[in-house]
Amino acid sequence: MATTVRLRPPNNQLNPRSLLWWRTRIALIVLPPVVALAILGTLSPLLLALAGLLAVLGIGFGVLMPMWWYRVHRWEVTDTAVYTRTGYFWQESRIAPMSRIQTVDTVRGPLQQLLRLATVTVTTASAKGAVRIAGLDAEQAADLAAELTRITQATPGDAT
Amino acid sequence: MIDTGMAGAERLDRRMVTMTALLTGTIVVVGAVVASSAMISSGTPAWVTTLAVFGGALAVLGLSVGAEYIRWRATTFRLTEARLELRFSFVLNRRRSLARDRIRTVDVTAHPLHRLFGLAAVVIGTGQHGESGEAELKLDPVSAERARELRVELLRHAAGTERPTDEGTLAVLDWQWAAYAPLSVLTPALGAAALGAAGNVASWFGGTEDVTGAVVSDLLVAAALFGYATVAVGVLLAGAVGATLLFVEMWWGYHLDREPGGTLHVRRGLLTTRSISLEERRLRGAELVEPLGVRLARAGRVDAIATGMRNGGTQGKRADPKTLLPAAPRNVTLRVVADVLREPDVAATLTGLTSHPRAARSRRLRWALAPVLLAFAALLTAWLVWGDAIAAAVGPAFAGMVGAVPVVFAVIAVPAVVLLALDAYRNLGHGLSGGYLIARRGAVRRSTALLQRGGVIGWTVRQSVFQRRAGLVTLVATTAAGSGGYAVPDVDAAEGIAFADEAVPGLLTEFVERD
Repeated sequence: MATTVRLRPPNNQLNPRSLLWWRTRIALIVLPPVVALAILGTLSPLLLALAGLLAVLGIGFGVLMPMWWYRVHRWEVTDTAVYTRTGYFWQESRIAPMSRIQTVDTVRGPLQQLLRLATVTVTTASAKGAVRIAGLDAEQAADLAAELTRITQATPGDAT
Repeated sequence: MIDTGMAGAERLDRRMVTMTALLTGTIVVVGAVVASSAMISSGTPAWVTTLAVFGGALAVLGLSVGAEYIRWRATTFRLTEARLELRFSFVLNRRRSLARDRIRTVDVTAHPLHRLFGLAAVVIGTGQHGESGEAELKLDPVSAERARELRVELLRHAAGTERPTDEGTLAVLDWQWAAYAPLSVLTPALGAAALGAAGNVASWFGGTEDVTGAVVSDLLVAAALFGYATVAVGVLLAGAVGATLLFVEMWWGYHLDREPGGTLHVRRGLLTTRSISLEERRLRGAELVEPLGVRLARAGRVDAIATGMRNGGTQGKRADPKTLLPAAPRNVTLRVVADVLREPDVAATLTGLTSHPRAARSRRLRWALAPVLLAFAALLTAWLVWGDAIAAAVGPAFAGMVGAVPVVFAVIAVPAVVLLALDAYRNLGHGLSGGYLIARRGAVRRSTALLQRGGVIGWTVRQSVFQRRAGLVTLVATTAAGSGGYAVPDVDAAEGIAFADEAVPGLLTEFVERD
């Protein structure tokens, strides 16, 4: 085939505050064992070394991985479709047409509320067709959800 | 008094009470005989035995018949212009209703006891993927005649007006199809189960403590006496007989019809009769399923891809409601697919599917060989490390064979998985036929999904780094029907995107780059 056909990446990146969101979550997972090991480390230098190693690994992971994730998570909403792309080693692009959207959910966890972020989940009638955009600015997400709901309601049929 | 509270309400069929009385009565009589013989043999005085057994029997009978009588009195249903209402009012009040224009399925089932009394159970569903049980009403039982009427009434309403109305029979049972039944993967399992059951029955009389152990040891003795091959053949024969009997029970009197208004209607069953209706509005395509054994005999079955289809559902796993045609010769299968989908050119398209790049073959070979080589390495290591110990454990008669195990394994497994991998690659294919998108894959279970292009409600494109290097992608067409997504694995990246774009016009266009 002379011409190459491929999907272009979606236009938008997530809100940059997502970096902080991911890092906080990593910290919440890594910190408790590090602290526990450090306290126990007063008894044995081996445990202290282990705590140090875990902390270094955690910091490395927490600094680098979110930057990586930020680059590979992309999304776009057009008049006719919602389009997201995630992952690098296992890249997955999902496209759901506007006319087949059944529900639009906005979810904000406790951390996301602190950071004014939100996750928008768009579901279609397919068990395997949900499209999720995690890490949008809260206001932008609310506007987007309202817009999607408006367009979806304007479309007749039961979207199957 | 129980107040029905609904004008024009109907009750379930009164014979349900008699049916329960008969069923419980039989069980109670059997139970009474067993109990009294046990009591007498243990030296209980006759009058105590009589009193206890009679009292117990009467109590059980009275309770179950009473409960069934209350269920009959308390349950009412009503069919109005707009809704089907079901009400249960005894102590608590429960009322459920379905909007008639949302009703998509009316399935009628009659098990042997039902049929003895001329009864049937009707399950009415809306075909929505709701919480389990929320989307359907069960009328169990009504008279067989009323069940038929209800089915016609409810579906006529559902069918609407603007539908094509060509009707007729699409397929009826051909007894030659029964020959495909033993080719199912069920056969060895059924054979083993039959053996286990035989062992169980024997243990009732023989009083063997450890049934499984006894069966296994009997088997080993039998194997030593008659040779392993004979015993294996025996198990397979028992399985084949079982599979055939199961086929006869499930598919006796099979008819696939298209009714006025465009409803597909499957009727079948010998002891338990089943009537399954599938509104064509819910149909999003069909899946041609060819398990390896059946495919080698050049046959396959047809499943419906429809929205709101429960897997197994209320009728249990054996009576899978989505099967439109049991394993049948390929020309019959193709004709039924073409008729069901109203797409006459299907057969021609299926022979001319676009094949996938050779990189897909390498991937399949690698996936197939990797676990085999790992297992071979493990066996080899085990032999090298513990070979002597194992040889000592199995005794001198088998000691010489221990070293041969890894080699024999490799000699059998490698060609088998290579053949399967090559077959899996050969089976990969995709194409378009009129209004349908076709995706074929699989070796042990070859599946050819024919999906309405209008029924595709999204695309998922997956690409691992390995696929990226090989220039492949995996496409998944998502749909509201069937399993929710149908994959086209390892298609050429550029050709796949172009195919997805062409199959569902407009959806991908604005995201596609060509250069």
